[in-house]
Amino acid sequence: MSKKLKKSLARILAGVFLYAAAILCEKLFPGISENLILILFLSAYFVIGGNVVKTAVSNIGHGQVFDENFLMTIATVGAFLVSEYDEAVAVMLFYQIGEWFQSYAVNRSRKSISDLMNIRPDVATVLRDGKEAEVEPDEVAVGEWILIRPGDRVPLDGIVRDGETSLDTMALTGESIPRDVVCGDEIISGCVNLSGVVKVEVTREYGESTVSKILNLVENATDKKAGTENFISKFARYYTPVVVFSALALALIPSLITGSWNVWIYRALSFLVISCPCALVISIPLSFFGGLGGAGKCGILIKGSNYLEALAEAKTVVMDKTGTLTKGVFRVVEIVPDENPEREEAKAELLKAAAYAESYSVHPISLSIQKAYGQEINKELVGQVEELAGYGVSAVCEGKEILAGNYRFMEKRAVACKKVERPGTAVYVAREGRYLGYLVIADEIKEDAPKAVKELYKHGIEKIVMLTGDRKEAADWVADELGIKETASELLPGDKVDRVEALLKETVGKGKLIFVGDGINDAPVLARADIGVAMGGLGSDAAIEAADIVIMTDEPSKIALAMRISGKTLRIVRQNIVFAIGIKILVLLLTAFGVTSMWAAVFADVGVAFLAILNAMRAMRIK
Amino acid sequence: MKKIFILEDLDCAHCAQKIEDAVSKLEGVEKCTVTFLTQKLVLEAADDKMDGLAKEVKKIVKKIEPDVTVVQK
Repeated sequence: MSKKLKKSLARILAGVFLYAAAILCEKLFPGISENLILILFLSAYFVIGGNVVKTAVSNIGHGQVFDENFLMTIATVGAFLVSEYDEAVAVMLFYQIGEWFQSYAVNRSRKSISDLMNIRPDVATVLRDGKEAEVEPDEVAVGEWILIRPGDRVPLDGIVRDGETSLDTMALTGESIPRDVVCGDEIISGCVNLSGVVKVEVTREYGESTVSKILNLVENATDKKAGTENFISKFARYYTPVVVFSALALALIPSLITGSWNVWIYRALSFLVISCPCALVISIPLSFFGGLGGAGKCGILIKGSNYLEALAEAKTVVMDKTGTLTKGVFRVVEIVPDENPEREEAKAELLKAAAYAESYSVHPISLSIQKAYGQEINKELVGQVEELAGYGVSAVCEGKEILAGNYRFMEKRAVACKKVERPGTAVYVAREGRYLGYLVIADEIKEDAPKAVKELYKHGIEKIVMLTGDRKEAADWVADELGIKETASELLPGDKVDRVEALLKETVGKGKLIFVGDGINDAPVLARADIGVAMGGLGSDAAIEAADIVIMTDEPSKIALAMRISGKTLRIVRQNIVFAIGIKILVLLLTAFGVTSMWAAVFADVGVAFLAILNAMRAMRIK
Repeated sequence: MKKIFILEDLDCAHCAQKIEDAVSKLEGVEKCTVTFLTQKLVLEAADDKMDGLAKEVKKIVKKIEPDVTVVQK
């Protein structure tokens, strides 16, 4: 509890004591003089609401009319004038209690939301002249070495030069499985070191580091306001004057007709109490803020409330294939020897021949074959390596010539073999002019991709389109596996923009379009789509900059989760709007007809605000 | 040029709105946003006007919300 809150709590309690004393005196000593009672009530009133009156008076001096303090002062002073002493004090008391709870709730929510993204490192232990020194992270230069102990938050991005450990990336990705790093691996700021002591060479200064980029993004997210937020601020601008003038009308018109001034002035004063739009102007942004915080906790960074709002209206999702739906990592998925295709020895021999032939190449496909072979390759046994771009590799291995490459390569070298129709890339292998068999290398579909597609349809997406620069067979295979009906393959980067433009035209007025890409080469498309979602991965700058939403875990199913968070947040926002405006109008009506007293008016002001704040906080909790 | 002010003890959302409106109307201000939840006032203006405006901002805040302390970041 802050100092300010404690002070006002003490004031409220003292006021309650005086107020109770005043009421007791009035009840116990019926003969007591009217003036003494008034003095007792007035002292309770000033203890409780003195600051409100003071601010009201000084604000009038500044030309600030129509603020809460002014309205409460007018309302309560008015109540004193119509001799409703206990009511005047009670209203002020109730108002202050409501205000107190409101501040308390707002402080709590500010704190719990900022805790969600509590990744700011406090210190860095830098190694200078063989000594350890604790400094602020922004004082460490690129190239210096820092020491990170278990339990420390990694303060800067760098490369591990000594030691090994596992990292908790929970705060960045929402992922609970620790990530292991060894010497030579990249290490990213914002993670927590779990097990070992490591020495890290800093590769980026603090201002450029992952953690400060993310913090910047999160802190600025609230600057981009959602349409609903703007609507509420506009509403508030008209609401208060309208209610205040209705109060004036209510005080004058019926009084002139009926002559009972006290009754109508009292009702008009209640109107003034209800005229503050606080419940709305606090709870709506708070709901969005909560939604953004909750998403951040799940590893989804959303750059503004406006995108959170737009997500709920999305009807079309356009997805890139490689890196988004698939892992973008090539792997040997099939080994098919020409003779005895089922025998393990034959498979092993084929793989070995391919691995040896490809041993000097750094092409991703060659690397995947070497990885599948998994054993040390004795490069001394390989000679006369020749790479033919667009065909394959020929090499002499243990005195025998091995060819590994595509079908055209086999044709060119007059090796008799059958053409393979498979998704993925087939590598044909021949030894001494005799065909041995083929390997299929393909990209893997991400584990959660099928779930992602299913959930997107469940959340109201009507159309999913997959775009890729890859070959048609590979694209069709992925689309079939995932149940995506529309695909376009063999696209150049420029074609992707054209396709998305065309889809955007089709969807005008029919909901928003989300584009999901891996962020590095898709930047123009990400910028063009209504909502650009990047598979961020850790430390990928291009993604964090180009997209509106960044998915830190690279899981496509998080898009559906983001849509769910968006839906929930907007539901809460609508509940709060309907609830707050509804109660206010209801109490205004009841007051105008004299059914309720000023108590209900205070509830319609601060009570509603408090409840709306509590409701707004639900946006933060994600199941 | 962009400058950030922290408005400590800002706990009235309606006042945040009023501060934003008032500062936006100052001469030389290109853009001003006050975010109630982060207690942050972001002011965009030309470099040479900044110092004068910073003073004006403090004055406006004092006027609308006397309890708030303005901290320049």
